[in-house]
Amino acid sequence: MSEIRNYTLNFGPQHPAAHGVLRLVLEMDGEIIERADPHIGLLHRATEKLAESKHYIQSLPYMDRLDYVSMMCNEHAYVMTIEKMLGLQVPVRAQYIRVMFDEITRVLNHLMWLGAHALDVGAMTVFLYAFREREDLMDCYEAVSGARLHAAYYRPGGVYRDLPAQMPKFKGASKWHDESEIAALNENRQGSLLDFIEDFTNRFPGYIDEYETLLTDNRIWKQRLVNIGIMSPERALQMGLTGPMLRGSGIAWDLRKKQPYAVYDQLDFDIPIGTNGDSYDRYLVRIEELRQSNRLIRQCVDWLRQNPGPVIAADHKVTPPPRTEMKEGMESLIHHFKLASEGFSLPAGEAYAAVEHPKGEFGIYMVSDGANKPYRMKIRAPGFAHLASLNEMVRGHMLADVVAVIGTQDIVFGEIDR
Amino acid sequence: MNLFSILKSLTLKELRGGLAVTGRYLFRKKFTVQYPEERAPMSPRFRGLHAQRRYPNGEERCIACKLCEVVCPAMAITIESAQREDGTRRTTRYDIDLTKCIFCGFCEEACPVDAIVETRIYEYHGECRDDLLMTKEKLLAVGDKYEAQIAADRTADAPYR
Repeated sequence: MSEIRNYTLNFGPQHPAAHGVLRLVLEMDGEIIERADPHIGLLHRATEKLAESKHYIQSLPYMDRLDYVSMMCNEHAYVMTIEKMLGLQVPVRAQYIRVMFDEITRVLNHLMWLGAHALDVGAMTVFLYAFREREDLMDCYEAVSGARLHAAYYRPGGVYRDLPAQMPKFKGASKWHDESEIAALNENRQGSLLDFIEDFTNRFPGYIDEYETLLTDNRIWKQRLVNIGIMSPERALQMGLTGPMLRGSGIAWDLRKKQPYAVYDQLDFDIPIGTNGDSYDRYLVRIEELRQSNRLIRQCVDWLRQNPGPVIAADHKVTPPPRTEMKEGMESLIHHFKLASEGFSLPAGEAYAAVEHPKGEFGIYMVSDGANKPYRMKIRAPGFAHLASLNEMVRGHMLADVVAVIGTQDIVFGEIDR
Repeated sequence: MNLFSILKSLTLKELRGGLAVTGRYLFRKKFTVQYPEERAPMSPRFRGLHAQRRYPNGEERCIACKLCEVVCPAMAITIESAQREDGTRRTTRYDIDLTKCIFCGFCEEACPVDAIVETRIYEYHGECRDDLLMTKEKLLAVGDKYEAQIAADRTADAPYR
């Protein structure tokens, strides 16, 4: 028999299952993968370098665009670093709002992951259901910040605006829906944003049960995920995996518990961990995280209802004064102009702050030389370390399993390429 | 494998469960929003296409302080100003390049006279790059056309800002 050479296969960059612009060079032995070599950088936008030429507030909207399915969590890490360097106290209400939206973001991210992962593996329906719930949550995003995705809502010192007392409503009958049907659609939008979110948290566990009915025991789903991409706990630690990727391997590491930030130490939640470290365990971990996030959102809603107050620090050297004050007072106007044009300066030094992002540990490392722009800003993106472990995870598996492993890693190229 | 799990597997129990979920949705009332005729709810804080506003007496609000130009993270705004015949400072050029704009809303936050605002308009298009360069005339035209809605949205959101 003649000698057969390994076959090199190019996967992506324009492959629908590559979750963005991932180019994989696969060395194949028949249909078995010998080596997977990810080529990255196709979505590089130089966010770190751009930040060096912008004052601190101006870089904030760019944080949304790193991991573009968990926008507010990125912002949270960024503002936390600045607050750490300034020693700025954030009002408690702002911290609860941040935690609530961090968890909403986690649900958004995991729903996106669940839908896309199931779609890659061959289950179409979950995608549609997941996007139905995402629609409700993106309405919350829009109600509070004015944008469905790129919110730019957190600010150093708090959040930009308080939660609105009214939820936007569907308007007007059409040939598709009459008045009574529109009224039915508006039923949970009668009250404030908090009422809407509470209504969502009541409905959501039922929806998770539906996803689980469709997937958890499904034999095709299990055949595609069980024992695929196993990561041992030791190796997961060595590769620097974080988030559900690490917890799926059985290590109970969660920054919300291990180094609590914002108000996570006052809230009640559990961290799920897996046992085998395969794709199926990571699926179960993320599903349980959806339930835990729901619990957290619920606790934040209850607290926020009872505790009105300021949502941004009153230090107007850093945070802009309220608009009415700005229009009436000379000093406030000066603060406003200074903040918009020059921004504020951080003391010389360096700081690192990280949050438990839906995908893992997302951190910002900032070096300041005392100017109004960072001297250097480094983004610690969880997806980067996860992608680095792809080679190990797919080696020895079949070609079709690459798609399942990319799915289980929850890769987003905005943060990997930056 | 015990007898029970073999039976469960043979009767396709979990697949039937999944089909029951999708089956229920097949007969449930649809909640799809039929887009061109119907719209999804929209918040007064929505950040869409920009507009320049005028005072009720018809005078343009913008005083060419250039705060929006300097705060814009994407450097999408270009302003040139000059003294008008009556001695007031006005812009002679106010361009927003929509291909650069990231719709962060910072221009609106920075504006001390509520001149530049982001409206609810999200369905616009251009057939060439020129169409996506919002000049002062275009911005004022948008503002004139939608002033009622813009003013209502600012009023609704005023207590929070």
